[in-house]
Amino acid sequence: MANKGKPVIDRERCKGCLLCVRACPTKVLDADSTPNSWGYYPSTPVAPEKCIACGNCFQVCPDVAITVYKL
Amino acid sequence: MSEEIRLMKGNEAIAEAAIRAGCGAYFGYPITPQNELITYMAINMPAKGRVFVQAESEVSAINMVFGAASSGARAMTSSSSPGVSLKQEGISYLCGADLPAVVVNVARAGPGLGGIAPAQGDYFQSTRGGGHGDYHTIVLAPKGVQEAADLTYEAFSLADRYRMPVLVLADGLIGQMMETVKFPVPIDPANLPRKPWAVGHQARDGREANHISSMNLEPASLELEVLAREKHYDLVKKELCRYEEIQVEDADLIIVAYGTSARVSMSTVQAARAKGLKIGLFRPITLWPFPYERLNALAIKGRKFLSVEMSMGQMVEDVRLAVNGKAPVEHYGRVGGVIHNEEEVLAAAERMLGA
Amino acid sequence: MEILYGHPKSLKPIQTKYCPGCGHGVIHRLIAEVVDEMGLQTKSIITNPVGCSIWAELYFDFDSVQPAHGRTPAAATGIKRVLPDHLVICYQGDGDLAAIGTAEIIHAANRGEKFTTIFVNNAIYGMTGGQMAPTTLVGQYATTSPKGRDPVNAGQGYPIKVCELLSSLGGTRYLARGSVDNPVNIKKTKKMIRTAFEAQMRGEGFTLVEILSQCPTNWKLSPHDSIDWLQQNMIPYYPLGEIKNTLTPADQPVGAAK
Repeated sequence: MANKGKPVIDRERCKGCLLCVRACPTKVLDADSTPNSWGYYPSTPVAPEKCIACGNCFQVCPDVAITVYKL
Repeated sequence: MSEEIRLMKGNEAIAEAAIRAGCGAYFGYPITPQNELITYMAINMPAKGRVFVQAESEVSAINMVFGAASSGARAMTSSSSPGVSLKQEGISYLCGADLPAVVVNVARAGPGLGGIAPAQGDYFQSTRGGGHGDYHTIVLAPKGVQEAADLTYEAFSLADRYRMPVLVLADGLIGQMMETVKFPVPIDPANLPRKPWAVGHQARDGREANHISSMNLEPASLELEVLAREKHYDLVKKELCRYEEIQVEDADLIIVAYGTSARVSMSTVQAARAKGLKIGLFRPITLWPFPYERLNALAIKGRKFLSVEMSMGQMVEDVRLAVNGKAPVEHYGRVGGVIHNEEEVLAAAERMLGA
Repeated sequence: MEILYGHPKSLKPIQTKYCPGCGHGVIHRLIAEVVDEMGLQTKSIITNPVGCSIWAELYFDFDSVQPAHGRTPAAATGIKRVLPDHLVICYQGDGDLAAIGTAEIIHAANRGEKFTTIFVNNAIYGMTGGQMAPTTLVGQYATTSPKGRDPVNAGQGYPIKVCELLSSLGGTRYLARGSVDNPVNIKKTKKMIRTAFEAQMRGEGFTLVEILSQCPTNWKLSPHDSIDWLQQNMIPYYPLGEIKNTLTPADQPVGAAK
């Protein structure tokens, strides 16, 4: 699939719930190994090239910490 | 002032006065002995395009007042003693959020379901606050139908000026009896000044969002809020204390009474003077703020004070606080809905004078 | 770069106090998006009572009123009657709506009050640490039903289906149940909120959207597992969809009570 989107996660707003990881159909996201200043391990794009801009991550994020840009 | 004179029941006069004061929203629940008030509102508020809702309970009614007051309206509810007990949480919230409102209590005998006849057993509830936390409401105590109308009319502007609830404490006798009333010129709610702190019309008023709340979870910050409110209450105490004095200057005994008890005691004073007894009457009109200073000044050596209330003795505690040990203070009163008459009050005064 | 999915204007871009994975955050975003799409940011008022929703006023960038516990529909009644042209959002949780506030919600619904209730159903009392709620499922653990909710031997009652309960009342027009467990249901829930808000602004009432939400902290599950639990336990009991829709069609004038 063509790389259609770019998810950007606000590291400090993310609470590491990882519901976006569950929701992403192409496994773009996973927990970062470095915690943020709150002690949470935020979600981060580990395979950004696989993003199809479906917006699922944005839909499920309880902190609206994700912005999805069009590529 | 309009010259229109009407013969009206106290309950209806209170309702008419509220409407004339520009009351924009009334929420109530039926309870004897004030049902004529809600009925009058049911007919006349919608007729004037104002909000009227018969709520599902007194609890709900006071919370509807909370919402309407938050929205900038002159909001009111009325009830009688047990129903006012239900409103205590709502009154605490109104005070905690610094909201104006008018609450009318047409008091009856308690405790519990009690009786429907008049009583003055809600003095503690009204002035000490039956709700939780440090707060006060202004408490106005009329002695008859005309004053009930006057004080209800004024209650709305006092509530708005001081941003706090005002309680109009009448009783079942005042609510039910008919007397002549003169009403002032009506105020149109649309002409009332805007409240910049209220919710609604954010775009029209060109402001940031307003958040009406009584919560503060930071102890130091909440303490500052409560202290600031107390300073505000000090201002109200300075500006608003009201009372009436009848023949107190040379009195050997001063009856202290409010509302219906004061009406009865006025006759007692006349009868006493006719017998050569020097008895006077001190009638607090604001039960909060209570006229401690004036009563203290009246407590000269040799004078006695008799608190006459239709209760087991509630205002007498404030009289004792005011007099501060300078003079003897006793209480006389009937309860259960019994209204004392002028002869028995005179007898009580004579007993105290003779003692 | 063009933003495909971004932060709505009427929601403040700050970190919330809600727990990681809590459904409130998604629901807040849906409300803010619909408010923005309808251009109502400066004409909206939200009532946010006791419960985790007590924090909501920190996040919505429009007027709010914080009523006493359970009295939210009464306060919303006062507000909407005084400001009928504003969007009034009555935001409540399980305890506020279905326990202490049952009288208020039933009578507001029956009067056909024209505000919209957003009822967040997470089958537990969150703010106070996980006690049994009116919507707690039979057998579900809560701190005040430590052996699991038992209606038979412990007299703890049955979970209340609020939409169904209110549907018999004459004043109700739109009662829908959504869920924030997955993107498909989240988008359907947003449509329900939009339908309800539009009905309100057309002058119709009473509208309510019940939204099933996860509470990872008090269910004692990870956010991931709490979604599973919601899907496997709550959705079968609380059916999703429009439980009642007797709204006047958009192209007709709003009619009298049916």
